[in-house]
Amino acid sequence: MDLSEHLFRREYGRLVAALTRIFGVHNLALAEDVVQDAFCRALEVWKVRGIPDNPGAWLMAVAKNRALDIVRKERTARTFAPELSRVLESEWTLAPAVEEAFSGSMIRDEQLRMMFSCCHPRLSEDVQVALVLNILCGFGASEVASAFLTGRAAIEKRIARGKKVLAASKRLFDLSDAESGARLSAVRRALYLLFNEGYHGASAETAVRSELCGEAIRLTMLLLEFPGAASPETRALAALMHLHAAKLPARLDLAGDLNPLLEQERSRWDAALVQQGLALLDESASGPIVSAFHVEAAIAAIHATASSIEATNWDALVSLYDRLMSIAPSPIVALNRAIAVGQRDGPVRGLEALHAIADLERLSNYPFYPAALGELELRDGNRSAARAHFSTAATLARNEAERRFLEKRMRECEPLTIHPQS
Amino acid sequence: MSQFLYLYRMTEAARQDNMGTPERAQQSMQRWMAWMNDLDAKGHLKDRGQPLERTGKVIRGQQKTVTDGPFTEAKDLVGGFTLVEARDIDQAVELSRGCPILEGGGSVEVRPVMKMDM
Repeated sequence: MDLSEHLFRREYGRLVAALTRIFGVHNLALAEDVVQDAFCRALEVWKVRGIPDNPGAWLMAVAKNRALDIVRKERTARTFAPELSRVLESEWTLAPAVEEAFSGSMIRDEQLRMMFSCCHPRLSEDVQVALVLNILCGFGASEVASAFLTGRAAIEKRIARGKKVLAASKRLFDLSDAESGARLSAVRRALYLLFNEGYHGASAETAVRSELCGEAIRLTMLLLEFPGAASPETRALAALMHLHAAKLPARLDLAGDLNPLLEQERSRWDAALVQQGLALLDESASGPIVSAFHVEAAIAAIHATASSIEATNWDALVSLYDRLMSIAPSPIVALNRAIAVGQRDGPVRGLEALHAIADLERLSNYPFYPAALGELELRDGNRSAARAHFSTAATLARNEAERRFLEKRMRECEPLTIHPQS
Repeated sequence: MSQFLYLYRMTEAARQDNMGTPERAQQSMQRWMAWMNDLDAKGHLKDRGQPLERTGKVIRGQQKTVTDGPFTEAKDLVGGFTLVEARDIDQAVELSRGCPILEGGGSVEVRPVMKMDM
């Protein structure tokens, strides 16, 4: 039997949540230690005896026993969850209380509370995302650091800062709290950032990137299980993630953010994810609000259902980008809009739109702005201009894969070579 | 063929560091399974062995004094053992080089099982 990394990630978040319910959020560090220890103990046995049929249940049993031990040993010296203080005191109620904390619905609710708590308004978004990754997905500081291309020390500080705020909050976020409207959008935002870090991120390692996207989808689906969070906007976010993730296998091949312009191997897109995404998008189309997630998901759906670049409805895409610019304007959205304009109205119009982007300086380090200029100049027949743009883009490349791709495009602009016209 | 006991030693800190996060746990598990399967496939695995708790008691002297330990935090503790078969100590050592514990800062102690040639 093979063990996937997802098993450990899923179980990590679940066990920390269950243990936090028993120990209280001020003892988060203790909960994490117990989970680490449960991993070590289980692995030591599995390594020699083989993996059991139900490794998740095994890990849970180890964590449960350890929790019972700790409460018995330390209940006079330490305060645990204030909500449970009475039931943890007596042997009659202790075991059933621990058992209950590890039940499926309790674990789910506790993970949700943890997710909401991580998105505390006092924490900046980068701290929120790091906390979610660390506590709910079991990413260690060095793994978070490699996902964000940041130093380990900086990430450790970020996580420690977040945990201090969490521990001081005494108890986790109350899901029935009226505040959850505002907090819910913070949670969605954090999950969206987490997904984008994987999807657009410059992180060189493809494995890390799909892992981040997978975790963002998992947590968003968990959010959808909670009626108070399963709004059309949350569904639209889930739809958008599925539709983008479907393209990951082809995308990770280098073409980066130029993908809309280049013919991809659509056969490599994940058809099941496309179907799930389209179904979610369908379900999200209720209620009066059209959020940025709705528009982005609709854009992704057009790409995902078109059979080729030529068969893509560029006219609809331009309108959707216009709409997105009115809800959530950004230079990246403007860049994508310009690419769509170029496809609809030809390279000259596309180039005009690229030059007209407001806040252009915010794209000055972004390799795919000059790369888009290069593509459109190339189509307009200006090989040397195109080559210069690709050369600029290559100097801005954020990893080897991007550099290789952009240098290849650069070579393809040279005269006397036959380049594949896309 | 002779028998050798592999004693796996590791400090508590190294243990947590090697298996305490989902990513490490999975990597560690994969490496160990690959290594054990390889030993098995080549016919060297006599007994997969058992993991050991990191706590226990020591009974000492004529007074039969019982103490916790002999465990100190920083010390390499035996965390488990495996019984292998090899031609000689050199081969047993050679085989142990593949043990994943070495990647994580631990050690393998290779001890020949004493032969009773009558």
